[in-house]
Amino acid sequence: MTDAAIDIKAGAFRPGTSDAEIEAAAAKAARHRRRTVIFWRVAILIAFLGLWEIAARQAWIDPFFYAMPSAIAQRLYEWTTEGTSEGPLWYHLYVTMEESVIGFVTGSVAGIIIGVALGRNRMAADIFSIYIKVINSIPRVVLAPIFIMILGLGLASKVALAFVMVFFVVFHNAFQGVREADRAMIANARILGASNWQLTRSVIVPSAMSWIFASLHVSFGFAIIGAIVGEFVGSRYGIGLLINIAKGSFDAAGMYAAIIIVMVVALGAEYLMTMVENRLAKWRPQPLHETQ
Amino acid sequence: MAIEKNAPAIELINVSRRFLSPTGKSLTALRDFTMTVERGEFVAVVGPTGCGKSTTLNLVTGLASPSAGEVRVMGAPVTGIDPRIGFVFQSDALFPWRTVIENVMAGPLFRGRAKPDAAAAARDWLARVGLSRFEQHYPHQLSGGMRKRVALAQTFINGPEILLMDEPFSALDVQTRVLMHEELLRLWSEAKASVVFVTHDLEEAIALADKVYVLTAGPATVKSVYTIDLPRPRVVADIRYEQSFINYSRTIWADLKEEVETSYARAAA
Repeated sequence: MTDAAIDIKAGAFRPGTSDAEIEAAAAKAARHRRRTVIFWRVAILIAFLGLWEIAARQAWIDPFFYAMPSAIAQRLYEWTTEGTSEGPLWYHLYVTMEESVIGFVTGSVAGIIIGVALGRNRMAADIFSIYIKVINSIPRVVLAPIFIMILGLGLASKVALAFVMVFFVVFHNAFQGVREADRAMIANARILGASNWQLTRSVIVPSAMSWIFASLHVSFGFAIIGAIVGEFVGSRYGIGLLINIAKGSFDAAGMYAAIIIVMVVALGAEYLMTMVENRLAKWRPQPLHETQ
Repeated sequence: MAIEKNAPAIELINVSRRFLSPTGKSLTALRDFTMTVERGEFVAVVGPTGCGKSTTLNLVTGLASPSAGEVRVMGAPVTGIDPRIGFVFQSDALFPWRTVIENVMAGPLFRGRAKPDAAAAARDWLARVGLSRFEQHYPHQLSGGMRKRVALAQTFINGPEILLMDEPFSALDVQTRVLMHEELLRLWSEAKASVVFVTHDLEEAIALADKVYVLTAGPATVKSVYTIDLPRPRVVADIRYEQSFINYSRTIWADLKEEVETSYARAAA
């Protein structure tokens, strides 16, 4: 093939519109946009906290119920340095995390395995779907008292609650992901020589993975909900217990402080999950990036 | 199993295929369909859209079984997925989460070959389709034509004796398609496989095949068979301007046109 590109002289463009200049201008605009976004994010946070603080100090809102940012910060500081009235904060956090993580891992593994199994087996899916629908219609938190009655005040009852919170979300997505697997791709694998097990392992599961990951994102939050609700209902340790005690002693700052701790942990987990997902999903086309 | 030494590669004998629509109605896709593909022969199947062309291929693979009649591969009835068969799909059937080389290795690995062995074979096939530089790319990073070449390597690496192709190049632009035709004829002449190539593009069929089967509007049955006596090796890019090619094209189109019109009128009704 001959190369017959027409040589375009730099002078053919208006001044100030060379490739380098256009690229530099675009990069500058992108930087500017990013800075504006960050500025407004921080500004809104400061305005919100400032208003809250002023409103509480001026007694526009009752600090007894709504606390104020400085009091919450004070409480967080005390908890981290001196520990809570129920012992060191880190131990409570550790207990809640242990319950959430065990519930999350077991719940999602079970959800994936059963979701894939039922997704691959039409008959079993038709038979069990009605039961899953029925059980799924139970609001999960009402199970907390039952689990505590059966499994006691310790770890097991919270793990069980976190498990049921996670299981159904992951199960549904895994099931749906398997059902959506591309039929040509499946036929291709079978003709290339894949056995049933190879087909499941190297075609069905990977293609359901993006569905499964979508559910894992939300379900760690659900696991934390399960653990904390369990702790509300009956426990000796945990962030849920701290909130419960703060409520009992009308300690608004303590309640908000506990909420902030949970928020930080949940955001951290979400961040980790996104990192793992990006790692595993490097085969996917890059999505159009939102400016962070 | 009585396997005759010189039995044709594929025989469909008075095959009918019915299937149930999602609403539970029985539809006939194929009726009294008879076709023979000799070993090493390149057969193209043309017919109006949706007439049941793809069904014939599914019967040969064993992914579907006939409602009546008999399907034989290398002289033996089809009982399941035959390892001697390769299939190239219309849509993109590559595994998007695997790199190019892992895609090509898939067949040998599924069939129990050792990993280093499969990788070496895959490299060899990628070199033959000119994609050595793209071993570590993912399918979404390649153009449509390159993805098709990966699909060809993925199929050819298993050394198929029978190659089934279901409108494999219909999603490509015209220029890429001609390049792929050349590529396919080259690979085919080396591999000496029997090919059934389903298409709705008559020129493509004539340019590639030894024999062209024209199907009727659904339910499909064979309307006529033309032997394409153009010399090989063929240069697909130029062959379409030769007088004999144009003559074939005119004759077969006159035949096919009626069916296309019938099919169109039925869809409009």
